[in-house]
Amino acid sequence: MSIAHYYETMDYGPAPEADGEARAWLKRHEATFGHFIAGKFAAPASGKHLTTIEPATGKTLARIAQGIAADVEAAVGAARSAQSSWAKLGGHGRARHLYALARMLQRHARLFAVLEAIDNGKPIRETRDLDVPLAARHFLYHAGWAQLQEREFVDHVPVGVVGQIIPWNFPLLMLAWKIAPALATGNTVVLKPAEFTSLTALLFAELAAEAGLPPGVLNVVTGDGATGALLVENPGVDKIAFTGSTEVGRLIRQSTAGSGKSLTLELGGKSPFIVFDDADLDGAVEGVVDAIWFNQGQVCCAGSRLLLQEGIAETFRKRLIRRMETLRVGPPLDKAIDMGAVVAPVQLERIKALVETGVKEGAEKYQAPGPIPAEGCFYPPTLLWNVHPSSTVAIEEIFGPVLVAMTFRTPDEAVMLANNTRYGLAASVWSETIGLALDIAPKLQAGVVWVNATNLFDASVGFGGYRESGFGREGGREGLYEYLKPKAWSGRKARAKVPPPSPAAPADGAGFGTPSIDRTAKLFVGGKQVRPDGNYSRAVLSPKGRQLGEAGEGNRKDIRNAVAAARSAEGWARATTHNRAQILYYLAENLSARGDEFAKRIGDMTGVSPAKARAEVEASIERLFSYGAWADKYEGTIHAPPLRGVALAMHEPIGVVGVACPDEAPLLGFISLVAPLIAMGNRVVAVPSERHPLAATDFYQVLETSDVPSGVVNIVTGERDVLAKVLAEHDDVDALWVFGSQEASTAAERLSVGNLKRTLVDHGLALDWYDRAASEGPILLRHAVQVKNIWIPYGD
Amino acid sequence: MAQGVLISNPSAVPAQPHARDHNRPHPIARNSGRALEMDWVDEIRINLSAAERRVASLPGRRTVKKDAQAAWLLKAITCIDLTTLNGDDTTERVKRLCAKARAPIRSDLLEALGFAGRGLHTGAICVYHRFVATAVEALEGYDIPVAAVSTGFPAGLVPHDLKLKEIEASVRDGAHEIDIVITREHVLTGDWRALYAEVRDFRAACGDAHLKTILATGDLKTLRNVAKASMVCMMAGADFIKTSTGKEGVNATLPVTLAMLRMIRVYEERTGFKIGFKPAGGISTAKDVLNYQFLMKEELGRDWLEPDLFRVGASSLLADIERQLEHHVTGRYSAFNRHPVG
Repeated sequence: MSIAHYYETMDYGPAPEADGEARAWLKRHEATFGHFIAGKFAAPASGKHLTTIEPATGKTLARIAQGIAADVEAAVGAARSAQSSWAKLGGHGRARHLYALARMLQRHARLFAVLEAIDNGKPIRETRDLDVPLAARHFLYHAGWAQLQEREFVDHVPVGVVGQIIPWNFPLLMLAWKIAPALATGNTVVLKPAEFTSLTALLFAELAAEAGLPPGVLNVVTGDGATGALLVENPGVDKIAFTGSTEVGRLIRQSTAGSGKSLTLELGGKSPFIVFDDADLDGAVEGVVDAIWFNQGQVCCAGSRLLLQEGIAETFRKRLIRRMETLRVGPPLDKAIDMGAVVAPVQLERIKALVETGVKEGAEKYQAPGPIPAEGCFYPPTLLWNVHPSSTVAIEEIFGPVLVAMTFRTPDEAVMLANNTRYGLAASVWSETIGLALDIAPKLQAGVVWVNATNLFDASVGFGGYRESGFGREGGREGLYEYLKPKAWSGRKARAKVPPPSPAAPADGAGFGTPSIDRTAKLFVGGKQVRPDGNYSRAVLSPKGRQLGEAGEGNRKDIRNAVAAARSAEGWARATTHNRAQILYYLAENLSARGDEFAKRIGDMTGVSPAKARAEVEASIERLFSYGAWADKYEGTIHAPPLRGVALAMHEPIGVVGVACPDEAPLLGFISLVAPLIAMGNRVVAVPSERHPLAATDFYQVLETSDVPSGVVNIVTGERDVLAKVLAEHDDVDALWVFGSQEASTAAERLSVGNLKRTLVDHGLALDWYDRAASEGPILLRHAVQVKNIWIPYGD
Repeated sequence: MAQGVLISNPSAVPAQPHARDHNRPHPIARNSGRALEMDWVDEIRINLSAAERRVASLPGRRTVKKDAQAAWLLKAITCIDLTTLNGDDTTERVKRLCAKARAPIRSDLLEALGFAGRGLHTGAICVYHRFVATAVEALEGYDIPVAAVSTGFPAGLVPHDLKLKEIEASVRDGAHEIDIVITREHVLTGDWRALYAEVRDFRAACGDAHLKTILATGDLKTLRNVAKASMVCMMAGADFIKTSTGKEGVNATLPVTLAMLRMIRVYEERTGFKIGFKPAGGISTAKDVLNYQFLMKEELGRDWLEPDLFRVGASSLLADIERQLEHHVTGRYSAFNRHPVG
């Protein structure tokens, strides 16, 4: 090619980034790596290695260690022995280390960028301009949290040793998202990078040690999924943080159930990209490029479902297809490409198969016409037009550069279609009408919503999913809590088992005196007192065995009905906070009016002294007041990421929440769990104390007289652990709180995998419901909301 | 490192004015303008943040190196409207500029680049009316059009009839292109009919001369204003839309360019006419102009890299390109004093 040739054609020509330094680093290690444990490389215990390839060429790049149990054990041990010293170092000391890691990344930015592009196949533009700078930003930002931790998180302590498993799509960036908040808050880490892309993690660990990070604070164990499973199961690990597929996330949830390990999951998505007819269409077309042809579409929050308002659909299609003509696919180290290589042949085959299915099911396929390298894992930018919600490609996450498009008629329909998925990671809304865009954003079931933008990320803004896209947040203040635990819960003891009383002989009755009027405790579903579906009752006994009454024996169908009622009470989520606050105060007022009656009931059921029973009622009234107070004050925050705009971290209700209440403090326990949930706009299906249910069933009359809308609180009495299991298995229950027993806690976590509901369980450890620090306020409110970040760039 | 195919054309005597010197299969059909369609204006939506993101990521997505870069810079030279628009301009100053327009690159460099004998020259010379005749004379026999800024440049606040007279006088003096300024008030008050009528009159006064409408985007402030003004000017018959006079506080920017290019694309989709684009002011380095070229190619296509659809209004850009080309040839960094001034 000559100057004259280029002068005529005005083609771009090759623009390769040099890779000498990265290759030299590989060579220095003879392209063979051990694990990184306790500050140095360690040969794998098995002596076995896996081969990692260069996706752009298919050539072998390096050999990485295959971790087995002994390696994981050694790494967890190293992390454990470093943890207390690391925590004791204090916030400022850790801040210095994190700052040094940020600077280290900046000093070696190009080496990381090139190595990442070679190992993963993504364009050097992305690694250079996004992955590496953003990774450094995460360390710098979290250095700040370390510095402020002792002031800002005074009620919390680090979780301990954290096992972190990261995916292959953003190897270094996900490392940063995971380890920066963990290390900042005083935890130590065992990181398991993806087997396709372990090299930048090893480079990072090596350079971190050189930068002075103490041995054992960060350990890297490489290997395949089996190695990850060993880390998940290791009893020395206090928490697992996982980013990856929903399928593996489910397995991890099951395998950690009942272990007491805390868990965050950042999983898949099928995120909608909604374009209204008043959008900047050309801007939205570019948005699509950033949404689905960024990182070859291998992005969990990729805008992969294009929803177009009918009136502009055809115009948009033409403009998008025209835009596809100029997309360039090529070697990752070429500085003039839009897309590089897909990570591995297995992924390429999956993409091809899904596109074929899409076409078979009636989609029209458009692909970018530009040339594609003949060798290596390349796939062209692809649009599937004429796709319907029922098409496989509209449902399944493709995790490749494939966009599916469909239309809608009205804003309501856009929301309905957007939410018609099991996932809920991200969404993008395009409209130049501020009222429309800001109306739609809160209605989308997604942890991140971008208004007139897409794929914006920052360390100061939480990222994470709704629904089956997982739970927990990474980034922002909201993300820090994932690596902390409340001090107030650390001294909890296993609940003492109190054997059930044996029924005493029935009393003689009132003889021929005028009897008291029979009072039947019913279930409370959809605002109505109803008989249990099975129409059986269970005796409620005093501690001495005297029968105090009979409660309904709720069963699966009662739970089903209660969940349906809660689901249809969606209006509560949109009620004003003032309205919710008012109702909580009103509940307190009406409970107070019947205080004596409730105190007597508590005394009869539990055998506590009248003074103590009265104290429980007073504490319950006060608690309702507290949540009336919080209802309009537990607000979100406004993040200030580095752009002209804001990110609103909104506290949104989770939805329908099941609550299994403990036996102790039958009224206060019930109120303490239900009130924070309804204060935040959730609807509750509560299973009251199994042994002392009558305080809760008395309470439905208070609910009825306090303007609580139908379906907001539903009460199903019966065998608590059995009903809790039904709730755990119900795929229309969004979250489940289980307080009462280790068995029910384990079952709740294990059975929650159907829809990956959020769980809050006590593992049978008793809470002191009178201790406000442990049982009232943000400590529970945090679990009653999910944070949605709405990014709003602005300017005209 | 001179290399490449030497396309020799020793007898290349520049052709007639208005003839195009690149191998385009079809000449560009001239925009006839059309009736004002208010729907085409009202429907315009443009989001600043999205536009900024597009232009911010483009330099990372596109680049040219080595021979390709040299070729792109040579092409850029052919698109430069070499400009002098200062109060102290004189006849001799303008002649000196015309000499530079005829021979923008040192001949030894052209030789080394394989471009000797091609008659490479800038896209045009751009001057005030007073110097049109001088420039036309200085460029006689060369295919280098003379552009006159007009209509009370730069503020555009002289009486409308004087504007028309100024255009006519420049055309009489031999100007091939008229760079008019619009009345910003029409845009700022949303009086699109007035803007349309004004530009329609300018077009009529131009006759065969090409009409370049300067929007003074720095005064219009918002991309919405820029996009709407672009569309109205094209409907009124503009051959080119141009960003700035070079005298506003903010001159050509990439986001403004993006907004204008998108309007050109829409106008072509609807009417079939290809409208040219000219950024002006502040484009002073080779790196700058390459980014504009990338945007032209990406948003509008190959055709818009040639001087009949792309011009750059610049005075100091050429000097930087000369240095870059010398670096390409010798491998050593160059200095301004090694290249003859214009």
